[in-house]
Amino acid sequence: MSGSTRGIKGGMSRSGGLREEIAKHASRIREYALGYGLDPFDTSFELIDHDELNEVAAYGGFPTRYPHWRFGMHYEELEKGYSFGLQKIYELVINNDPCTAYLMKSNSMVDQKLVISHVYGHSDFFKHNYWFSQTNRKMLDQMANHGTRLRRYVEKFGETVVEDFLDACMSIENLIDTHSVYSPKKRKPSERVEDLEREVTPRKIRSKEYMDRFMNPREFVDRQKKAIEDEIAKKRKLPEHPEKDVLLFLLDHAPLDNWQRDVLAIVRDEAYYFAPQGMTKIMNEGWASYWHSRIMTEKVLCDAEVIDYAEHHAGTLGTRPGVLNPYKVGIELYRDIEERWDKGRFGSDWERCDNMQQRREWDLKLGLGKKKIFEVRMIHNDLTFIDEFLTKEFCERHELFVFRHNPQTNRMEIADREFAKVKEQLLFRLTNSGYPIIRVEDGNFRNRGELKLTHQHAGLDLDGKEGRDTLKNLFKVWKRPVHIETQVEGEKKLLSFDGEKVAEEAVEGE
Amino acid sequence: MVKKIEKDFSRFRSIVRGRIKKELRKYITRGELVGKVGKNLVSIPIPQIQIPHFRYGKNDGGGVGMGPGEPGTPLEQGEPGEGTGAGDQPGDHLLEVDVPLSELAKILGEELELPNIKPKGSRTIVADKEKYTGISRSGPESLRHFKRTYREALKRSIALGIYDEKNPIVVPWREDKRYRSWKVREIPQNNAVIIYMMDVSGSMGDEQKEIVRIEAFWIDTWLRSQYKKIETRYIVHDAVAREVDHHTFFHVKESGGTKISSALQLCNEIVERDFNVQEWNIYPFHFSDGDNWGSEDTRRCIELLEQRLFPVSNVFCYGQVKSAYGSGQFKKDLDERFGKEDVRIITSEIKDREGIYDSIKDFLGKGK
Repeated sequence: MSGSTRGIKGGMSRSGGLREEIAKHASRIREYALGYGLDPFDTSFELIDHDELNEVAAYGGFPTRYPHWRFGMHYEELEKGYSFGLQKIYELVINNDPCTAYLMKSNSMVDQKLVISHVYGHSDFFKHNYWFSQTNRKMLDQMANHGTRLRRYVEKFGETVVEDFLDACMSIENLIDTHSVYSPKKRKPSERVEDLEREVTPRKIRSKEYMDRFMNPREFVDRQKKAIEDEIAKKRKLPEHPEKDVLLFLLDHAPLDNWQRDVLAIVRDEAYYFAPQGMTKIMNEGWASYWHSRIMTEKVLCDAEVIDYAEHHAGTLGTRPGVLNPYKVGIELYRDIEERWDKGRFGSDWERCDNMQQRREWDLKLGLGKKKIFEVRMIHNDLTFIDEFLTKEFCERHELFVFRHNPQTNRMEIADREFAKVKEQLLFRLTNSGYPIIRVEDGNFRNRGELKLTHQHAGLDLDGKEGRDTLKNLFKVWKRPVHIETQVEGEKKLLSFDGEKVAEEAVEGE
Repeated sequence: MVKKIEKDFSRFRSIVRGRIKKELRKYITRGELVGKVGKNLVSIPIPQIQIPHFRYGKNDGGGVGMGPGEPGTPLEQGEPGEGTGAGDQPGDHLLEVDVPLSELAKILGEELELPNIKPKGSRTIVADKEKYTGISRSGPESLRHFKRTYREALKRSIALGIYDEKNPIVVPWREDKRYRSWKVREIPQNNAVIIYMMDVSGSMGDEQKEIVRIEAFWIDTWLRSQYKKIETRYIVHDAVAREVDHHTFFHVKESGGTKISSALQLCNEIVERDFNVQEWNIYPFHFSDGDNWGSEDTRRCIELLEQRLFPVSNVFCYGQVKSAYGSGQFKKDLDERFGKEDVRIITSEIKDREGIYDSIKDFLGKGK
């Protein structure tokens, strides 16, 4: 799903023939899109009213999704936002094959054309961006299945029971390994370790008895022995290596009822489905905006529509101080890349050149821009996109800055404009979709079947209150005491929940 | 068709309602919801129910923004955030939930375990009042509804095809006749008046007044749910007392000495002048920081209370708001004189905002 909420704009209500008109525009715009080299999924457009659209949006794009109060909460927010005129959703695109897009019925016809162009951009991106390659393209069906299963559990086990467990699962839904799905070796179910008690007999080099203490000196034997012991210890440990897909670990090892296991699997499944959208927000929106801009201005617009189009487009790309608009950053980066590859502003010659005059006039007339942006949309995600293509010039031209909370004034303030800092901050925020990196380290912690997670501290502490509540939810799944090792104000701490209270203890230095 | 989202939505609402219940103490002491009382609805801002995650703390991280400005320039108020990535820096979204005052009173009652008030004396009648709002097919001829009856007759004659436009005579039959009928409604006949008195001498600061304001709101809300009609009167006093309107009561800035008796005196005058004690339930509430002008005046107060106010009031309530300057002597004097057991008076000390909750319970928990 890619819900875009933008500044409100008046729309006209139309009736009758609207569907046909939309279909006509859609097929025309599709031709233009194909002409530019885009290759979207077959895309069907559904025209719906604002309250239906808000409903669909509240369900993350899937009207058949399982019931849960948080969708109701989201719905209220959207409805209120709409009725107070604060925001309006123009369109929603679902990553599915065929692709489904919902359009707001009340959009004016210019808006509809813009939005249709935008949708084809998203649709192409879904189809060709590598990070979407592992997502389920029949997700509309899959979500409906999830919904049916969950409803059945609710009927069978009661609403509160299922809801409680679902709440707990949602609380840990971000503990997945977004990269694991691209790994060729699928993780096998953990092997059970058998016969660990066998005697440790180090291998010796065969020798005559009188030579033995020379051929196999004591240190050598000890070293062998230790290596074997280590090996066994490692095997006895579960998981063998710290595991980032905590949900998978829980599915494999938590003592769950069958329905609970299924609920957790559903939550995990959907988390993986939505993950690439979080990973490519800038790229995806940028790509769609780039193409709606080109299709509209080069092909579709008639004179009478220019003003309305410009207003909408400007609203979409508008920036406010302190907010980084992914549409804006995305589209500008694509344009920047296109220009740089058209003019050959890349490679070592370009990097080495520090003559400003020369740099300004640099144009090798390579014309590689278009090819390059198509390549970029194919292989990158936001993190690598920014890492690879955010340049100092870009940063200065678009006035990017780092802001930070100033405890003295208790305000958010602009802290720095230095390129390196800006980039670092941005990359940090994009790493792991902005979530802390947490792994499951031990499923038999303290040899008592307790669960230990480790937070890989990268400069920022966890939110303490939420962390505690999350631990409590994790306990509901693991059903034995749970722990997370993290850092609080520079000191290593182990947060624990044993079913009754949360404890915090210092961790001895290793 | 009922939309699917409705179910999730109402589920969310009921969770929110439970949340209001749980966090009522916080709302009471914060007083932020008091601001908007329009059309008997109160907007309560509640944080969205956030499903907890392992995530970074809020303020220390910072982010990247776009736009002009030197380092050190504060960002606009609002939500800073990049809007990149899923769930990046969720701001503290406040969701306003409109709660009808009656609902709020109910929640308050449940949570504080407030008993329903038994209005005093023999005037606890709930009157049965007949209202002629209904229509029935039978009844005495004296209640026949002329227009309805003829309308039915007209309908019937048209349906039967006997209606003649040129000779429009309509004769009602037995079945056409309609009669007025009544419904009995129970209407509480009790009215109540709350007379708020507040000490505005120099030692009562803004914080103290704010506490009084919040407490008065909740007392109002509760009593309103218990009586048919509530009137409120406001008296401020330092060394002299005067009656003021609602706005002035909460915004007046005055200083000077304190003669509590002046307020009680005025209160008594208002009661005698405007309210028939046979018909009204009377609730005088007095708030002060407990500093009175010498024991002479305190004696006078006690005299007034015993002879004038106690006999007419349901209960007299005295709330003592702690201030840096007040000695708090007055409450001690009252407690000494009347003791804890006296049912005619309730005294309560409000140390700070946190104390409002308990103080409301003190005042209203006895069901008087």
